[in-house]
Amino acid sequence: MAIRFDDVTVDFGSAVPIKNMSVTLPEEGLCIVTGVSGAGKSTLLKLIAGLVKPTSGNISGTDGLKLSYVFQEDRLLEWNTAKENLMFVRSDEASAEFWLNAMELGDRFDSYPAELSGGMCRRVAIARAMHFGGDVLLLDEPFKGLDGELKVRVAEHTRGRFGLIVAAVHSKEEAELLSDGSETLNVHIQ
Amino acid sequence: MKRIRSIIKGIAIAAVWIVVWQLCSVFVADNLEFLLPSPLVTLRTLFSLASESDFWLSAATTLLHVLEGYVLGVLAGIVMGIVTYKVGFLRDLFNPIRTVIKSTPVTSFILLVLLWLDTDMVPMFITLLMVLPIVWTAIYEGLFAVDERLKEMAHVFNVPFAKRLMGIYLPSLRQQLLAALTTALGLAWKAGVTAEVIATPVHSIGAGLYNSKIYLQTPELFAWTIVVILLSIVFEKLIVMGIRMIPLGGKRSGNKI
Repeated sequence: MAIRFDDVTVDFGSAVPIKNMSVTLPEEGLCIVTGVSGAGKSTLLKLIAGLVKPTSGNISGTDGLKLSYVFQEDRLLEWNTAKENLMFVRSDEASAEFWLNAMELGDRFDSYPAELSGGMCRRVAIARAMHFGGDVLLLDEPFKGLDGELKVRVAEHTRGRFGLIVAAVHSKEEAELLSDGSETLNVHIQ
Repeated sequence: MKRIRSIIKGIAIAAVWIVVWQLCSVFVADNLEFLLPSPLVTLRTLFSLASESDFWLSAATTLLHVLEGYVLGVLAGIVMGIVTYKVGFLRDLFNPIRTVIKSTPVTSFILLVLLWLDTDMVPMFITLLMVLPIVWTAIYEGLFAVDERLKEMAHVFNVPFAKRLMGIYLPSLRQQLLAALTTALGLAWKAGVTAEVIATPVHSIGAGLYNSKIYLQTPELFAWTIVVILLSIVFEKLIVMGIRMIPLGGKRSGNKI
């Protein structure tokens, strides 16, 4: 069942990031969310994850879905190592090591977030989402802090692992990195 | 090497203050023991007290009073901290009580509790009452301070409650709880012994202090006070060691999240 927004509005009082939005996301493929900073891209992902409730309108199709999420901030446990951060969401050591290796952090299993660079922390956060798996992957500015070549290699690992990827990105180039050539839905928030 | 230097430094600082104490007892108190006994007289009195079986019985009884009150106060503080954090109505209902307990002079409580409870129970109950709001406040405020973003992360990844407790809540509360438990322990000794001085249960440090005051045995008052200080230091160290041994998923390093 597709995720569907019916006339959804989110009103925080001081701001209205989502106003009367109606959209149906594809069951499979890629959905790219664009918009200027503060337009409501993160709010849209949080609505799908159930972290923000709509002020009015309805969201359907999310029940029973297993979601994985790369948040806008890394949200790592500072008192845990990179590997422990992955194991916190799913206790499968082999998978945790696999994904850290895939993110080119094979020599950083036992490093704490404070001992890693910003880009490395980002890759731990992406590895955690990949390690958790699921039906839908929510990506909020996933390439923040990663340089050009690394972005390409990291993006390759995200393809084909989830039924649907919903990604909030800043540029067309980043959207293209995530695309596997199949049809993409673009949602632009004003 | 660093440790040896630190020990030598500690001994040197203690020696300075003992010399100051000695000088004060000779020049300020003019060698009058009932005004300010010298360190040597105090030490001699301490050894003399320690040679009597009553001394050990009193120390053990006070230790029991304080530890019972402390443990019960900590447990009650944890429960109240969680309950008032979780349930808004109970928060509004009980928070004034927390403020009242915190602000009321300990002597008022002691005199009141003396009317309600058996003399032997008063020090334990007073200790509990003094420890309770400190731990309660630490847990309550600590839970509110747990990073909302980490809680959201655990929610999205369906992390079970026990794992959240060990992985997010306890590490976040650790520093605050450690500070609260050590502060509460210091206060537990002060409040417990004060309650004993007023309630004077048989065989207790408080009763020893009271008697030394009545009979102007100031060296004994100093000796008993030193016993309280030593017991308090030993138990503070034990508690800090105990908390540090709780496995909380690695070390805490930096603030990047």
